[in-house]
Amino acid sequence: MIEFLNSIQNSLIYKNFFLVLSGLDNTILLLLISLPVGFVLALLFALGRVSKIALLSRTISSYIFVIRGTPLLVQIYLIYFGLGSVKFIRESFLWYALKEPFWCGVIALTINTVAYGAEIFRGGIQSIEKSQVESGLSLGFGKFLLLRKIILPIAIRKVLPSYGNELILMVKATSLVSLTTYMEMTGIARKIMAKTFAPVEAFIAAGILYLFLNFLMVQFVKYLEWKYNPHLRLNN
Amino acid sequence: MFKFDKLVFGDAGWGDEFLIATLMTILVSILSMGLGLFLAIITVWAKIIQNRITRFIANFYTTVIRGVPELLVIYLIFFGGNAVVISIAKVFGYNKYIELNALTIATIAIAVISATYSSEVLRASYLAISKGQIEAARALGMNKFSIFFKVISPQVIRHALPGIGNVWQITLKDTSLISVTGLVEIMRQSRISSNVEHSPLTFLITAAILYLCLTTISGRVFKTLEVNYSKGFST
Repeated sequence: MIEFLNSIQNSLIYKNFFLVLSGLDNTILLLLISLPVGFVLALLFALGRVSKIALLSRTISSYIFVIRGTPLLVQIYLIYFGLGSVKFIRESFLWYALKEPFWCGVIALTINTVAYGAEIFRGGIQSIEKSQVESGLSLGFGKFLLLRKIILPIAIRKVLPSYGNELILMVKATSLVSLTTYMEMTGIARKIMAKTFAPVEAFIAAGILYLFLNFLMVQFVKYLEWKYNPHLRLNN
Repeated sequence: MFKFDKLVFGDAGWGDEFLIATLMTILVSILSMGLGLFLAIITVWAKIIQNRITRFIANFYTTVIRGVPELLVIYLIFFGGNAVVISIAKVFGYNKYIELNALTIATIAIAVISATYSSEVLRASYLAISKGQIEAARALGMNKFSIFFKVISPQVIRHALPGIGNVWQITLKDTSLISVTGLVEIMRQSRISSNVEHSPLTFLITAAILYLCLTTISGRVFKTLEVNYSKGFST
């Protein structure tokens, strides 16, 4: 038994696991900023998308079209390599953020998730029954109150499953930030691979951690669905 | 800032290189989508036959691949794939070093990812076929093959087309990750060009526009196909 435990401790996967684990906080840091900011902006963009101001709605829908039609990798590279090559950006205050791979990653991920999220929330807002809005209006709700008490709560809880999917896609998307030299889990796994020439062991260690992170995310979304959709609970 | 003159065809610009790279992206997407659909059919089959072991393997495959970043899967297959192939070849008594070319690796890697998404789409559309139809076909004396090709397939295709269109878009965008393996597709080409010309903005915007064109055009194609396949069905 002890021999078996020792052999596990000496195995490459076990050692790599803790090395990759040291990148977990960097992965989570990316998510901790881009997900909440992305959520708020996505809501605002969705409201703008369904608004009656044609210019606003047009602009947002073309933004969504461009972001959803291009790979995230292109967006990350555009922000990291592309914007950094423009002279007046290098001389402006923006350079303080854009010279760091971390902030480039955060900006790219946020831009990306806002587009997908806005489209999801738009579906939720448009699926609200008219009668619910009308009953709010008949109670004398103003526009803001209507939004806060009726439209947003119903829309958000309706789209929770699909927004949960988007959250999981975001967890996976953080791995692309490693291509801008930011050392999160995939970046560290790549470095281990280059050092030890043992690709399978390095990437399986990272894969287990990503699976765990996604598992937590699924549980979190499930909890939110359970909490905010009490009328859909099977047994109380 | 944006250098149009670098995008001309011929020796002065990168236009023809980008054209070839775009064709490469399309080629990889189509090959891996096809292989992915094939893998997806096997996965769905493993899930719907009443066999615990195959169902477990299929579920394990789809859960793991969908829970792990695409980049990691590509790295694993790119760096680990050769070793696997060599060890398989050794079993058959072939002891020389084998190196798979980048296109093969890229196709396999993207197909493995794309198959997990396709299998969910195909499974859902298979389950949408009412059981009565299969029973009716059996009552008419059709064998398994004709049931599959004449009853199941046409309906699965019709149900699955919108979902497969989405998977195609994802697959097309995932091919950009293949650039890390050195296969010269749009993304790789734009990195090469920007390293030579010291003008990343030009070539990255070019890449973005090319991807945008590809996704838009293929979106239209799938819309037409959907209309064609749902003739006579008011949905």
